Amino acid sequence: MALKMVKGSIDRMFDKNLQDLVRGIRNHKEDEAKYISQCIDEIKQELKQDNIAVKANAVCKLTYLQMLGYDISWAAFNIIEVMSASKFTFKRIGYLAASQCFHEGTDVIMLTTNQIRKDLSSPSQYDTGVALTGLSCFVTPDLARDLANDIMTLMSHTKPYIRKKAVLIMYKVFLKYPESLRPAFPRLKEKLEDPDPGVQSAAVNVICELARRNPKNYLSLAPLFFKLMTSSTNNWVLIKIIKLFGALTPLEPRLGKKLIEPLTNLIHSTSAMSLLYECVNTVIAVLISLSSGMPNHSASIQLCVQKLRILIEDSDQNLKYLGLLAMSKILRTHPKSVQAHKDLVLQCLDDKDESIRLRALDLLYGMVSKKNLMEIVKKLMTHVDKAEGTTYRDELLTKIIDICSQSNYQHITNFEWYISILVELTRLEGTRHGHLIAAQMLDVAIRVKAIRRFAVAQMSALLDSAHLVASSPQRSGICEVLYAAAWICGEFSEHLQEPQQTLEAMLRPKVTTLPGHIQAVYVQNVVKLYAAILQQKEQAADASAAQEVTQLLVERLPQFVQSADLEVQERASCILQLVKHVQKLQAKDVPVAEEVSSLFAGELNPVAPKAQKKVPIPEGLDLDAWINEPLSDSESEDEKPKAMFQDEEQRHTKPRAPEADEQELARRREARRQEQANNPFYIKSSPSPQKRYQDAPGVEHIPVVQIDLSVPLKVPGMPLSDQYVKLEEERRHRQRLEKDKRKKKKRERERRGTRRHSSLHTESDEDIAPAQRVDIITEEMPENALPSDEDDKDPNDPYRALDIDLDKPLADSEKLPVQKHRNAETSKSPEKEDVPLVEKKSKKPRKKEKKHKEKEREKKKKEVEKGEDLDFWLSTTPPPATPAPEELEVNTTVTVLKEEQEEPRGEEQDADEDREQDLEKKPSKHKKKKHKKDKEERPKDKRKSKKKVPPTDEEAAEPVENGTLDEEPLPPMSSYTLLAENSYIKMTYDVQGSLQKDSQVTVSVVLENQSDSFLKSMELNVLDSLNARLARPEGSSVHDGVPVPFQLPPGISNEAQFVFTIQSIVMAQKLKGTLSFIAKNDEGSTHEKLDFKLHFTCTSYLVTTPCYSDAFAKLLESGDLSMSSIKVDGISMSFHNLLAKICFHHHFSVVERVDSCASMYSRSIQGHHVCLLVKKGEKSVSVDGKCSDPTLLSNLLEEMKETLATC
Amino acid sequence: MIKAILIFNNHGKPRLSKFYQPYSEDTQQQIIRETFHLVSKRDENVCNFLEGGLLIGGSDNKLIYRHYATLYFVFCVDSSESELGILDLIQRWFFHSLEHVGNSVVTVFPLWLSQIFEEEGVLSMHKVFVETLDKCFENVCELDLIFHVDKVHNILAEMVMGGMVLETNMNEIVTQIDAQNKLEKSETFIFQSPRQDR
Repeated sequence: MALKMVKGSIDRMFDKNLQDLVRGIRNHKEDEAKYISQCIDEIKQELKQDNIAVKANAVCKLTYLQMLGYDISWAAFNIIEVMSASKFTFKRIGYLAASQCFHEGTDVIMLTTNQIRKDLSSPSQYDTGVALTGLSCFVTPDLARDLANDIMTLMSHTKPYIRKKAVLIMYKVFLKYPESLRPAFPRLKEKLEDPDPGVQSAAVNVICELARRNPKNYLSLAPLFFKLMTSSTNNWVLIKIIKLFGALTPLEPRLGKKLIEPLTNLIHSTSAMSLLYECVNTVIAVLISLSSGMPNHSASIQLCVQKLRILIEDSDQNLKYLGLLAMSKILRTHPKSVQAHKDLVLQCLDDKDESIRLRALDLLYGMVSKKNLMEIVKKLMTHVDKAEGTTYRDELLTKIIDICSQSNYQHITNFEWYISILVELTRLEGTRHGHLIAAQMLDVAIRVKAIRRFAVAQMSALLDSAHLVASSPQRSGICEVLYAAAWICGEFSEHLQEPQQTLEAMLRPKVTTLPGHIQAVYVQNVVKLYAAILQQKEQAADASAAQEVTQLLVERLPQFVQSADLEVQERASCILQLVKHVQKLQAKDVPVAEEVSSLFAGELNPVAPKAQKKVPIPEGLDLDAWINEPLSDSESEDEKPKAMFQDEEQRHTKPRAPEADEQELARRREARRQEQANNPFYIKSSPSPQKRYQDAPGVEHIPVVQIDLSVPLKVPGMPLSDQYVKLEEERRHRQRLEKDKRKKKKRERERRGTRRHSSLHTESDEDIAPAQRVDIITEEMPENALPSDEDDKDPNDPYRALDIDLDKPLADSEKLPVQKHRNAETSKSPEKEDVPLVEKKSKKPRKKEKKHKEKEREKKKKEVEKGEDLDFWLSTTPPPATPAPEELEVNTTVTVLKEEQEEPRGEEQDADEDREQDLEKKPSKHKKKKHKKDKEERPKDKRKSKKKVPPTDEEAAEPVENGTLDEEPLPPMSSYTLLAENSYIKMTYDVQGSLQKDSQVTVSVVLENQSDSFLKSMELNVLDSLNARLARPEGSSVHDGVPVPFQLPPGISNEAQFVFTIQSIVMAQKLKGTLSFIAKNDEGSTHEKLDFKLHFTCTSYLVTTPCYSDAFAKLLESGDLSMSSIKVDGISMSFHNLLAKICFHHHFSVVERVDSCASMYSRSIQGHHVCLLVKKGEKSVSVDGKCSDPTLLSNLLEEMKETLATC
Repeated sequence: MIKAILIFNNHGKPRLSKFYQPYSEDTQQQIIRETFHLVSKRDENVCNFLEGGLLIGGSDNKLIYRHYATLYFVFCVDSSESELGILDLIQRWFFHSLEHVGNSVVTVFPLWLSQIFEEEGVLSMHKVFVETLDKCFENVCELDLIFHVDKVHNILAEMVMGGMVLETNMNEIVTQIDAQNKLEKSETFIFQSPRQDR
């Protein structure tokens, strides 16, 4: 009974699944929080149980609660438990929870590494899939580093479902672990041509994402993408590619030219709006990049604009929006084409959709001209009145100001009108942009001298009007305009009609409610006004009036002295004292006006915001030169700042060190200039538009028509900008009439036309002369300023780390860390695609120094080649006719690596052997030995080891190895041997067996074109023996050759792989074969042949396989093995190197080593065990072998003898 | 890149949230609230794009959303995504989510209908369709989603991975989901039986 109750409660608890939880929450609307906290308690109980199903259910509920905003990080460990469940159902729940709540800060995340690795290699594709999906959300730099290689292996998985996920997640891995980009890139590139469209799409996705951030590194992929673009039918892929081209074209205008045609075709043919839209966008990008060069693209622009108009006119709001968005891009370079559609844009301003209105506003910015500015702004002003939401109204306000002030007020013909607009805008309550209006007022008043009188009049009216001061300053930003008004009235007080009235307005008690910074300006400008008034009164000899003004100040200033704002207080008390002093002087009838005015004598000129930055370094001042030479090299970094500080102190007392001799100085200067040229952050001395503007003839020299305005300059009360529109029209009409009379002056007008270097103007624009003498003062810059508009890059940009040159050959330091237990390589059949990777791994770190120079040389060569490839592709018109360049791209990478390998071979005259695994095992051996003990205690370290050992079985434990302690460098080794050579071509080859496919070996043949001819139609054929057959494509006869899948331009080499099936492997054998090819050069093409003999040694059937000492011992004890031995004398090489050589050339691995005795193991492709005991005596080596096949053993030992004889 | 995918109802209650950048739970809720605020005050029949979610990433980002019956489906994306493409994706996801959370009503949407949407030219037609849908399903689809968030998540995982679109072919997604569900069912049978014995 009791048992039943317990069971029942457990069941109930368990039965509360996600649905119940959701239902419960819905039923407890009033006390939701309480209910949930109850549920969380239950969940905590469930998590304590051992039953994984209960745990999974609990985690599932937690995921839901996480969405509602509850922190579930406390359950992270339980989530990992559920992730590691063996059942897919639970695993999926666990990974989902992890993807929702794990992040870089989750401390238990490091526990997941091995679990994820296990899932990645799971036989069930869905386990792998769910692990990849989860990992994509919470990958950390550590996980990325540790799993990069596993994921890379999955990129070549047999199931496209896994492949596409593995490809996609690589982007996340790159972001977290940028070092993985270069090693993984060749394979990623291959996936662009994957037969599965999903995988292809994923690869396109990743590369597009990468290229978007650092486009220049991906320019070389353009031909490949071009091919995809013309061949793919998947709209999603097409969109991505077309977007990518949009990012690439600015870097390579020739690419743009090539793109125009296919894109135009797509625009005409596609029915999918999304594709059409992206095509139009990219065509626009192309046109922008070409805008300087090609005159002949007006048809394309017309097409774009026409298609966009269709979009904008569509009833679908989305299309309308996007159409406007794209239109604004065209506007930047081809404003005229867009201006023709002004009607449409203005129509959109009335749209009920705010997003669309905002887009239309953006467009308007570029559509204004002198002719229509007033009209457009008028329209916008009516919208300002109508707009209810403050955000949209603010947007309108900034747009109006942007539109009017753009390119140095180039479209404004009447500044009085503009000031009126600004003043009208001040009526907007509650706008955030008061400071913008204020800045415009100041700017215009300062820079347009002619408008000052009018501006001052308007500003004094503003100061006088109560509404601005009255509006509460906390709520409204509009009071900011008072800052400008006060300053303008003070600074240009000579233009004031009624200064006294303004002065009184500024001293009203209400003013003290304004923000501090505005009050401060008030106080300061009150004095300016006061000075002006004094002057005026004294000139009029009205002493009493002057004293009255002084009295007013003395009375009113104390209200500012009491201000809580420090600055206001300080200024006010200063000024109060000054005024009191003046008052005393005035009492003695001393004229003071002159002196007071001299406080504010002189003109203030606008200074450009960047002026300070641009002060040029004076001639002879070298900022990089040491003032005192550094003390010594041994000085540590920490001390440096201190030393510098001392230097600085000394500088004042110490006379400057005698100048270094002229030559040294000149050299340093040159070096510095070089450095600056390469430094993107250094402002370069290229001419900028601003500079040019300065150089242009001064504005004063330009003849400007003086016209009597019918508007009185002093407008009583608030002006209405509308009236200017009408006036302007009248004025223009009059002007036109006048113009006919004044044909003689035409020449001068032309000069003005050139000054304004304005491509944006329509012709009629130039005919409109400004109403005022538009005396726009440019902002001041220091003399000889170095103009530039370099915008500094954000140093924190995470994508900067991915700015990696992908065309450089891989360096050995760049291998991905590989976990020891798993061998990614052997789990696959040897494929062509593995080549770059394998090459990379076989590099020898210890040769680094020596190789460095070669590498540099190769790199240069390579870069040149790469450039030529792209050039070649870009210069040819029909793209599909030249498929070769992409191939070359891959080939060259291979070539470079290969050549590095071949170099040492000459020195060493080694036999033909497999080199790869053992070779790379060596360098890590030293490391391994040292860490061996800790490693056993901390198994996690294993994954950090770069060592790579092929696996025996899944469960295999770590092979026991005794490396050597001696650090002596190993001689370079290569397993590629010469196969045949003639004046055209050189063939080297290597034979590798694979455990997976028994009785098959892969022969990798490197073909190097040594001639000036282009080699093509290469075909390799061998005369099959009974024992060994070349695997030929299906359907071909035994006499057919196997075509080599590439062509070789002069000087290029590439690797081809051929598979042979072997019957018996106990004997070495030779196969005769022929390579036939066509050599084509300027004189024509010839058929050529090259005969060769392929030598299959017995060693080539061995595959390096690790073995453990216990298993090894068992094997020896079993007694199934036959024995044989050899002895070689005259050995001078160290034992360590000797073992390395055996490992490398004969595919053995060391099982155990004691002093000068080592046991070694290897396995043939047909499963023969081969055990060796190698003993070193004085100058001799004896090798005892045991093998399941006596013939194989004796042949192997014979081959080994040959190798050892050279030692 | 897709920065986040959100589903919430007309009252701003989250029904599904997927963030492809790490945020704290509080920030996530704030983003959902802000997004709801932005989206909910928009009229019907205005465009489905919205600039300026302030909390997720700056000016490069856009909200692309759809409103079905009582639910808002919102994608926050950057400029590398095609606006119309994402809209189309939301559309397909919605239908297949419905189809897969296993409501009988859902059989009303046969596969062929959503295939029509793959040819996007037919935006106006889909509008008609959505309106019909709105009328028919008021609360139905929201309840479906509420009780099967995990399933909707699974469908989403086959469609978008780590912020990048993984698969756009719905047939392929359906195949994979079905296979996974089958796998799950076979496992359920094994682990549930001992529990009943207990």
